[in-house]
Amino acid sequence: MKLNVKINGRKKTFEISPDEFLVDTLRNNGYIGVKQGCDTGTCGVCTIHLNGKAVLSCVLLSAKVEGQEITTIEGVQKEAKEIGKYLVDEGVDQCGYCSSGTIMSIIYLEKCIKNPTDDEILYYLNGNLCRCTGYIGQLRAIKKYLEGKYNENSKQ
Amino acid sequence: MKTVSSSISKLDGMSLVMGKAAYTDDFVPKDTLVIKVLRSPHAFAKIKNIDTSIAEKVPGVECIFTYKNVIRKPYTRAGQCYPELAPYDKFLLDNYVRHVGDDVAIIAAVDEKTATKAMKLIKVDYQILTPVLDLKQAENSTLVHPEKDIFTQLQVGFKRNKNIVAQIDFELGDTQRALKESEIILKRTYNTQAQAQAMMETQRSYTYLDNYGRLVVVTSTQIPFHVRRILSNALDIPMSKIRVIKPRIGGGFGAKQTAHSEFYPALVTLKTGKASKIVYSRREVFRGTTSRHAMTFDITIGADRDGKINAIDMNGLWDTGAYGEHAYTTLGAAGKKVLTLYNKVKACRFGGKALYTNHVPGGALRGFGVTQGTFALESAINELSKELNIDPIKLREENMIKKGETTPLYNMTTKDAGKEPMYMDSCLLEYCVSRGKELILWDEKYPMKKITPTKVRGVGMAISQQGSGIPKVDMASATLKLNDDGFFTLLLGATDIGTGSDTILSQIAAEALDIDINKINIYTADTDLTPFDSGAYASSTTYTTGNAIIDAAEKMKNLIIKYGAKYFNTVEKNIVFSNSNIIKKDSNEIISLEDFSKKITYNMLFSQLTATGSFVPKKAAPPYMAGFAEVDVDIETGKVEIVNFIGVVDCGMAINPKLAKVQVEGGIVQGIGFALYEEAKYTKEGKLINDTFMEYKIPTRKDIGNIYVELADGYDETGPYGAKSIGEVVINTVAPAITDAIYNACGVRVRDLPATPEKILLQLQLDGSLSCIND
Ligand code: FES
Ligand code: FES
Repeated sequence: MKLNVKINGRKKTFEISPDEFLVDTLRNNGYIGVKQGCDTGTCGVCTIHLNGKAVLSCVLLSAKVEGQEITTIEGVQKEAKEIGKYLVDEGVDQCGYCSSGTIMSIIYLEKCIKNPTDDEILYYLNGNLCRCTGYIGQLRAIKKYLEGKYNENSKQ
Repeated sequence: MKTVSSSISKLDGMSLVMGKAAYTDDFVPKDTLVIKVLRSPHAFAKIKNIDTSIAEKVPGVECIFTYKNVIRKPYTRAGQCYPELAPYDKFLLDNYVRHVGDDVAIIAAVDEKTATKAMKLIKVDYQILTPVLDLKQAENSTLVHPEKDIFTQLQVGFKRNKNIVAQIDFELGDTQRALKESEIILKRTYNTQAQAQAMMETQRSYTYLDNYGRLVVVTSTQIPFHVRRILSNALDIPMSKIRVIKPRIGGGFGAKQTAHSEFYPALVTLKTGKASKIVYSRREVFRGTTSRHAMTFDITIGADRDGKINAIDMNGLWDTGAYGEHAYTTLGAAGKKVLTLYNKVKACRFGGKALYTNHVPGGALRGFGVTQGTFALESAINELSKELNIDPIKLREENMIKKGETTPLYNMTTKDAGKEPMYMDSCLLEYCVSRGKELILWDEKYPMKKITPTKVRGVGMAISQQGSGIPKVDMASATLKLNDDGFFTLLLGATDIGTGSDTILSQIAAEALDIDINKINIYTADTDLTPFDSGAYASSTTYTTGNAIIDAAEKMKNLIIKYGAKYFNTVEKNIVFSNSNIIKKDSNEIISLEDFSKKITYNMLFSQLTATGSFVPKKAAPPYMAGFAEVDVDIETGKVEIVNFIGVVDCGMAINPKLAKVQVEGGIVQGIGFALYEEAKYTKEGKLINDTFMEYKIPTRKDIGNIYVELADGYDETGPYGAKSIGEVVINTVAPAITDAIYNACGVRVRDLPATPEKILLQLQLDGSLSCIND
């Protein structure tokens, strides 16, 4: 069947099967920044945005997103670079495999809460598992990033 | 020092975090065949018949393999140097299946859907056998390997007809006597569970034939060179016909120190000539690969009332599951890298046996047996401290190994060590303990505090060591090539699995060549192009490969001086190479490396300079760590919350302190998972119950409390610029420190990991341990 979606601002049509999951549709069509760590919606590695909201593409049937708007890490390279710099500065780009999903969640967190507390950060990112970093450094990086941004904004 | 001992960021970090193509599945060519593996639903069965005729007719199916049409040749999947210590006990496919998830048939088709459909149409007639699931009975049970053609290359105590995979025994002094002469005897049994590696990227590989008809294997592995040899052995094709390439690895933790996903596409590509791939599902990883060996330890300690530990006797029983991949080696590590911590004993003994069962095979996981052994011994030492009423830190300070000390055990357990004592001149364990004590405010907090009427807080600690590579076994090499603009290509067989080793090793190369790190282009690992490296395991990369780089750099510098002398038409003694310049001393003439390299390439001498260095560790260079836990126990629910975990690590000189620190943080969190949450559980029939991330819980970012890490200011003269290892030692202290903190908080001693709320609550109710906090 045909799937019409808007991905990263562009209209696209894909040939899909009715039981196909979105993570596969995306990866098969070249959006390889989207990674997969499980198929039960438990690790957060496959996080993308659907109509601006963070969702797990491994448990979302492609057929269900007909006509909707999808953003992958490829569509937010500017933000990914900004956030990524803080992750890299903190050394929490270890295997890096969880990073694109984590960054998609951070962008969503920022959208929802302007100046989040530690608890709010942990809440919004709890679904993003990482086996390498131990999370502590990620929290340091996210806080520095948000602080940096907040200071930038307050200057203007 | 310019480039080492500096916290630069990972050179490839930005590309990884921004989602650029980096990992195996990001590069798969179009129209690659997709492979599915039919796996056993039974823990132990004989395949009476297998019928693929209907499945083969599904349009789009390319080929199907069963035990009937693949070669039968025993081999091992273990990533170890040759000859391996692991038994050759696996076949590509066999008419026996030995664990739930064991491979039965391989299906290749045009896409996943077709392969899955065909897989479901394969009819297997199983004769179900009684599985061996009780470790204690395993020696006297049905044979997990009834076939007679399996064998070992080396003497490891393998006894197929007793289900014994490996046995180890070593003793220093007369343990029985030293125990007898002790004033206090403590006897305990500890159990550690099967833990999954749970790296975020599952195993995956794709293969194709290159234009010369050679098999190219692109795979997510920690051991590219071993994979080449293992595949050659298993598929019975010459090693020269195989090329293994590893792209970026999405975590390994030992899981990818065993070859798994490589065999299937290799078979398919060799048969069809077409590219093929397999990506393991998470369930497949849990069922069809390996986990940490579950172990049981009986420990006897003999001590005097004043706190002198006289003798330690450790007996271990390993559940190696259906295949003996890393049995002997983890067993050995659990003894030698644990008992050496207490070097003042009069005698000690280690006995261990690894047994086949019908569980998912045991394999490599960060810590590699030492984690299990440390839990047992450090728990016992903590129990002894209560028995003697001596502060556990004081007990350690009196008995543990310190700077400049040694024990003959190091010689006994290190290959070709000779008689020369191995002094631990770089050991900063004493500092780690005292600094950790200070940081956690031990004297204020030990043993416990009541926080609320239902919440108690306790502290606990443990110490640990690991190795830095494996002396006289695991070799690494490095090639440096000077390019025609004064920059170097650094070719390594080493594998960065998320440790940042590509960056750390580039730092070492830059330092050794006295050159800016921008002038180093690193490329790892491709068995056709890069020199040999045993792989990313045994905490070896920084230490072993780092030393190989220094060797290569020394040779390169000599070459530059030699050719510099030719260039200036003088003698080598008259030339220095410094700061990217070649200088003729007597006349002070200078040529920059850029100009020199161009000249010798295009205008004169016409030479390509390359140098290769190799290294194998010669002696033990253990990193050390002291770990301190502070936990809250809710006495109504048994739930444990980590308040603080403090780790102080002696990894020698940290080449990149930032990357070293995150290794420690990550290792501690994996240790928290081991201590509190994670366990591969089986049904009575031997089916793995928790084979997804929904059921198998690894720590989330809310489960970990506050973690604080410091590195001791160490230096080991055998390491590259003083570095020792860090990757594994960091996981070992966590479980024994946490379980002791739990004991100190509420009086419940957990000797079977993980320390779940159920276990704690049950004991609280059973023995009224709460008396300590009710008054
Ligand atoms: S891959 Fe989607 S949640 Fe794990
Ligand atoms: S960096 Fe490896 S899983 Fe997060």
